[in-house]
Amino acid sequence: MPEAWVRIRGLRYARGEQVIFEGVDMDIPRGRLTAIMGPSGTGKTTLLRLIGGQLHADAGTVEVAGENVAALRSKALYRLRKRMGMLFQNGALLTDLSVFDNVAFPLREHTRLPERMIRDLVLMKLHAVGLRGARELMPAQLSGGMARRVALARAIALDPQMVLFDEPFTGQDPISLGVLVSLLRSLTDALGLTSVVVSHDVQESLSIADYVYVISEGRVVEHGTPEALRQSTSPWVQQFLQGQSDGPVPFHYPAPDYRADLLADDRP
Amino acid sequence: MMDFLQRLGATALGVTERIGRGHLFLLYVLGGFPGLLPRFGLVIKQIYASGVLSLLIIAVSGLFVGMVLALQGYNTLVDFGATESLGVVVALSLVRELGPVVGALLFAGRAGSALTAEIGLMKATEQLSAMEMMAVNPLHRVVAPRLLGGIIAMPLLAAILSAVGIIGGYLVAVGLLGVDEGAFWSQMQAKVDLFDDVASGVIKSVVFGFVVTWIALFEGYDAVPTSEGVSRATTRTVVHASLAVLALNFILTALMFGDD
Ligand SMILES: Nc1ncnc2c1ncn2[C@@H]1O[C@H](COP(=O)(O)OP(=O)(O)OP(=O)(O)O)[C@@H](O)[C@H]1O
Ligand SMILES: [Mg+2]
Repeated sequence: MPEAWVRIRGLRYARGEQVIFEGVDMDIPRGRLTAIMGPSGTGKTTLLRLIGGQLHADAGTVEVAGENVAALRSKALYRLRKRMGMLFQNGALLTDLSVFDNVAFPLREHTRLPERMIRDLVLMKLHAVGLRGARELMPAQLSGGMARRVALARAIALDPQMVLFDEPFTGQDPISLGVLVSLLRSLTDALGLTSVVVSHDVQESLSIADYVYVISEGRVVEHGTPEALRQSTSPWVQQFLQGQSDGPVPFHYPAPDYRADLLADDRP
Repeated sequence: MMDFLQRLGATALGVTERIGRGHLFLLYVLGGFPGLLPRFGLVIKQIYASGVLSLLIIAVSGLFVGMVLALQGYNTLVDFGATESLGVVVALSLVRELGPVVGALLFAGRAGSALTAEIGLMKATEQLSAMEMMAVNPLHRVVAPRLLGGIIAMPLLAAILSAVGIIGGYLVAVGLLGVDEGAFWSQMQAKVDLFDDVASGVIKSVVFGFVVTWIALFEGYDAVPTSEGVSRATTRTVVHASLAVLALNFILTALMFGDD
C-alpha cells in the first residue's frame, strides 16, 4: 500500500445537535482510486468538504499531503487547493460563463499560459468527457449529466494531484457511464492521480476502486479492497452491497414508529 | 417583561454582529482592490453591467425631475420677478442634491437588487464554494470588481441624471414658460461653481455608490442560500441602501454646506 495522501484521525463533526462524524479514521492512499460509499445523507459530501478545508472538524485532524488542513492559513490553503480538484455533486458551474470558459477558468486564474495553449488544453479536457462540441453552450443549456461532465473536465483542468469526485456517475446514460468509469481509471493509472470517488453506485464503485470505505451513521463500517468487501461477513455490508431494503441498514431517516405516527392525533 | 428584554437584547446582539460581519467583509473585499489593477477589464465589465442596467431609468427620471423643478421653480420665482434665475435653481438642485440622491435611490433599486440576487444565487448554487475549491477567492474575484464598478458607475450616472434633468428643465422653462434662453444658460454658468457645487455632488455620489454597492454585495454574500433567503436579501438591500443614502445625504450636506 502506498503512503496515505489524506490521513484522517479521530474525526468528529457535528452540525448543531446532529453528529455527522464521530471517531472516524481514514487513510486515502496516494496514486490510487478510493471509493467512499454510504447511504444518502450520511455525510459523504461533508467529508469531502472537510478534506478540502471548507469545513473544520470539531475534533481530530484531517491531513492532506502531510499538512493539517484546519490549521493552514488561507494562503497555504489556497496553495494546497491548487493541487486539488473537486467535482461538486451538482456541478456548480459558473452560470455567467460558457462551457469553454468554465473549463478555462482555473487555467486563466492560475497560469499565464497563452490563449492558444489554453484553448488546446480545454478542448482536450472537454474531448475526454465527450463534450468538445458543446463548448459554446451556456450552463443553463446543459442537462444535469452534461453539466456534471463539464464540471469534471474543469476539476481536472489544472492536472491536480488529487481530485475529489462527488457522485460523478449520477445522471449518466450507460454509454457516458462506461466512458467516465474508464476515464477515472485511466487518469489514476496514467497520471498517478489520487482519486476519491463518492458514490452509491455499488457495482461501478467496486469495479473501479482500489480501496473502498463504507461509512454510515458517522462511522466507518467497513474498509478494504473490493474483493475483501465482497467477502465481508458483516450483514450490514452485505445488505448495502446487495441493495436489500430489509436488514441492519435503515432506509428511513430516524423517525417515530410508523404506525404510531399515522395513528397520532391530527392536532398540530 | 423579561421575555421582551431578552428578545430586545438578542435582536440588538444580532444587529451588532451583522454590522461587524459587514465591516469584516468590506475589509476582505478591499484587500482585493490592488489585484484588480492588472485585470481592470473585470471592473470595466461591472461598470458596464450596473451602469447600463440603470441608464434608461436614470435618464428618464432625470428628464421628469428637471421638468418638475422648472415648473415649481417658475411658480416661486415669478413672484419675485426673477425668472431668469430659473436655470440656476434647476441646475443647483440637480447637481447638489437630486442628481446624487435620486440617482443613488434608483441605482439601489435597479442595480443594487440585481447584485444581491446575483451574488445570493451564486452562493445558493455553490458557485462561490466551487471557486474557493479552485483556489480563487470569490471576495477578490467576484465581489471586489463589483464594488469598484459601483463606485465608478454611480457618479457617472448621477452626472447623466443631472445633465438630462437640466435639459428637461430647459425644455419646460424656455419652451413652455417662455423664459429667456440666454438668461437661462448664462445665469446657470455664472452661478454654478465647479468646486462648491459640482465637486460636492461628485463626492456625494461616490460615497453613495460605495455604500449602496457594499450593502448590496454584503446582503447577497450573507443571504440564506435558498430562494426565499435570496428574495428577502434583495428586499433588504433596497430598504437599507435607500435609508443609508438619505441619512448620509443629510450628514454630507451638513458637512459641506452647513457653514455658509
Ligand atoms: N447546510 C447544512 N445545514 C444543516 N445540515 C446539513 C447541511 N448540509 C448537510 N446537512 C446534513 O448533514 C448530513 C450529511 O449531509 P451530506 O450532504 O454530507 O450527505 P451525503 O452523504 O453527501 O448524501 P447524498 O448521498 O444524498 O449526497 C445530512 O443528514 C444533512 O441533513
Ligand atoms: Mg452528497
